[in-house]
Amino acid sequence: MEYSPTIPLLRPHIDLDNQGFWEAVKQHKLVFQKCKNCGLLVHRPRPMCPRCNSMEKEWAPSTGRGVIYSWVNFVYANAAYPGIKVPYLVVVVEMEEGVRIISNMYDSRREDIYIGMPVEVVFDDIAEDLTLPKFKRRAV
Amino acid sequence: MSVMRSIKNKAAIVGIGISNFSRDSRRTELYLACQTIKAALDDAGLTPGDIDGLVKQTDDASDEHAITSSMGMGNLTYFGESRWGAAPSAMVMRAAMGVAAGVANYIVVYRSVNGSSKRRMIPSMRSSGQMSTADLLQWTFNAPFGHMSEAGRAAMIVRRYMYEFGIDGDQFGWVPVVCREHGAKNPNSMYYKKPITMNDYHKSEMVVEPFRRLDYYEEADAAAALVITTAERAQDLKQKPAYILGAAQSMVTDTEALNSYYRKNISALPEMAQVGKKIFSMAGVTIKDIDCAQLDDAYGPFVPMQLEALGFCGKGEGADFCREGKRIRLGADLPVNTSGGSLGEGHIHGMNHVIEAVRQIRGTSTAQVKDARLVLVASGAGGPASGLILGGK
Repeated sequence: MEYSPTIPLLRPHIDLDNQGFWEAVKQHKLVFQKCKNCGLLVHRPRPMCPRCNSMEKEWAPSTGRGVIYSWVNFVYANAAYPGIKVPYLVVVVEMEEGVRIISNMYDSRREDIYIGMPVEVVFDDIAEDLTLPKFKRRAV
Repeated sequence: MSVMRSIKNKAAIVGIGISNFSRDSRRTELYLACQTIKAALDDAGLTPGDIDGLVKQTDDASDEHAITSSMGMGNLTYFGESRWGAAPSAMVMRAAMGVAAGVANYIVVYRSVNGSSKRRMIPSMRSSGQMSTADLLQWTFNAPFGHMSEAGRAAMIVRRYMYEFGIDGDQFGWVPVVCREHGAKNPNSMYYKKPITMNDYHKSEMVVEPFRRLDYYEEADAAAALVITTAERAQDLKQKPAYILGAAQSMVTDTEALNSYYRKNISALPEMAQVGKKIFSMAGVTIKDIDCAQLDDAYGPFVPMQLEALGFCGKGEGADFCREGKRIRLGADLPVNTSGGSLGEGHIHGMNHVIEAVRQIRGTSTAQVKDARLVLVASGAGGPASGLILGGK
């Protein structure tokens, strides 16, 4: 993906609920929030477990492996974020752990991707202070 | 209490007002709102002094007190708001509840937006301190990946739907074709006398794949307003009342506005399914009794998905239901979006769908369904949802 040098990157709003996720990403690790009481994994992070209402949780490392659950291809610049050069692919990945995450394909072309395609996480340091978890094809 | 309480038949829509649809209204949003509310009051035979309740769309820039001070409304006892694509039917429900509970007698529901000339703000335009939690989630987990646009978020859901039911995206073209066919008959439409063909659809440019340009609405400058009162008071006013027989809102597990990607199944519209169950049950009618439907067509591919969720056809059969328009155009068993809706009349965030339902009950639509007695309205496909069943008696 190509980012415009003149348009600001969109940075996540990091707060007390989600900072563990983004701190791990910065260290090239993918983690998901896990309930310490009932073990439920969720993404995105939230203050309370939606299953047992416990507020005790930890960050569980992900295998980084998943499959493409759905995808779109931004073709027309006016409907996309102007800071990213079109076309670019946005995917929903279903992880082995069962949670889903919105991301981008790191180096795939539109012709090469499909729902069900095995993928694995890669970390893209797109700026000194911004790393994003992205996905690439995984050999099986 | 043993008696099941319901707002069925307690309230009616007695006045409607709608502006033209344009790319540049050359009027402020407040101006459009006042002008359109006045039209709805004139339609009902009421004056601003009669109005004691206002229901607005949360994102609407025209605040209640700006409306009251502009129009000379002196005694408001009820005001509230509703959000998202679910707003239109939900605002009507809120007003019906207000008059049914007796906290107000005549309530105006309004929406006014210069969506084309004053491009709508996305959360990036605000500081994070002003954002809602839903906006913050999108800012944090969608935006860095360039996934902010509503069309892109809707397209993600539709892609999965296509995959699960083996639907070829070209089949979605029948929705805009039929909506434009109906809108071409409507002098107030942005597309009056401008129908399109499937060939036009196929030539329409890909915007965010799988969506083509013609799969979703164009921004417009427009406003719309409704007046709601009790069923008893409605009988003394100028117009034939459109009684509210069923009204419901729904959010379910992991509902998000066009972003419900985290739940088990994203290819159904469970909120709309629940709305359907509740409004049919409240009204005491079935799908066979519905004479026409005004569905949320901001994104055309959500129309077949709504037909499935509401029970007009089986799962995965919606695209086939729309094929060649044979079952959804005027004269068919379920005419859909007879004013043109968002795709064929203009986009005022689903309010024109409610107004068209009232016209059908009155018998004044430009694509009138013969003897229309019961009309369904669905608002908010792909997120929080709401719906209505309106009837003439």
